Amino acid sequence: MSQPINPLRKYIREGKLPHFFCPGCGCGQILNAFLQACDELSVDPSRMVIIGGVGCTARIPVYLKGDVLHGVHGRTLAWATGIKLHKPQTKVVIFAGDGDVASIGGNHLIHAARRNLDVLVVVANNFNYAMTGGQVAPMTPSQVRTMTTPFGNPEPSFDICELVVTAGATYVAREATGRPVQLERTLKKALTHEGFALVEVLSQCPTNYGRYALRSGDPAVTLKWIMDRCITKAQADKLSKEEKAGKFVLGEFVDFKRPIFCGSSVYDLESCECCE
Amino acid sequence: MAVYIDKNLCKGCGLCIHFCPKNVFDITDEINKKGFNVAAPTRQKDCIQCKLCERSCPDLAIVVE
Ligand SMILES: Cc1ncc(C[n+]2csc(CCOP(=O)(O)OP(=O)(O)O)c2C)c(N)n1
Ligand code: SF4
Ligand code: SF4
Repeated sequence: MSQPINPLRKYIREGKLPHFFCPGCGCGQILNAFLQACDELSVDPSRMVIIGGVGCTARIPVYLKGDVLHGVHGRTLAWATGIKLHKPQTKVVIFAGDGDVASIGGNHLIHAARRNLDVLVVVANNFNYAMTGGQVAPMTPSQVRTMTTPFGNPEPSFDICELVVTAGATYVAREATGRPVQLERTLKKALTHEGFALVEVLSQCPTNYGRYALRSGDPAVTLKWIMDRCITKAQADKLSKEEKAGKFVLGEFVDFKRPIFCGSSVYDLESCECCE
Repeated sequence: MAVYIDKNLCKGCGLCIHFCPKNVFDITDEINKKGFNVAAPTRQKDCIQCKLCERSCPDLAIVVE
């Protein structure tokens, strides 16, 4: 008898594994958690349109069965808008790196959130432009050493969750690959949300972030560095702004409903005629 | 119940060692087709079937059955 294999592999394209991610990369863990979330909800990812831009994270969709798009840096939400206008009932999920969605795709991001486009954006925040070799990115923490900031990053970084909450997103949460069970739970909730959902996942890039910032290519070292800086939202609520500096707050920031974007008119799913 | 690792998918990253609360795994001297030293559940008898290894493996290489 052949050896049992992970049941989630039924969602993976034949012959595509092992994937291209480096050993211990958080992207693989995000793929695992996403498939587990889909499986527990009994929603088939091959019935969705799954989009990646450019970058390591953006390669996650490439391994999945079904309709996937890959390859235009930062423009995932532009593609998603087109798909949602043509087929509003299609579930659209985006996997984007911090560089992809917060830098080159930043303008698409704020307007998709403002319009409450009905998509799920999973942002893998590995604190650098990983695929191109570890350059500083908009979500690299201050003072951190990267390939292009050998004396430490002199700039402040984006809080992408705060950014999209302000822009109008209706589900926003942050999780980390170091908490696989909570990550799955958050992705499950985000998958069932109607409207603009964004989940930021703090994710280890041992090869580029780890080696430059922490002088170690060991995935566990980067994972530990991230988890040592994480606090829950409940803990954060008790701290002052100064005490929270340099910490990553994990948890849900908003979860509510408002009319969803559908072309020239904003509408409620209930009252929309084109979606029946 | 047992823990199975697909040796062809394992990249020897060591995350199963990091996540397992019962220290079941080791990286072995065995090298797979891609040139990675693969992990093995050498202390299976200590396993409590929490499935953290299966859920946290980036390569979908582990299953606990
Ligand atoms: C229009 C365009 N500009 C620049 C690039 C080069 N490029 C490829 S991947 C990448 C960075 C991706 O970083 P991020 O989105 O953070 O993903 P990661 O690799 O870290 O997962 C860049 C700048 C490109 N492919 N296309
Ligand atoms: S470079 Fe970093 S993000 Fe890209 S696959 Fe390797 S570890 Fe993952
Ligand atoms: S199921 Fe839990 S205890 Fe058993 S090997 Fe996996 S992580 Fe360790």
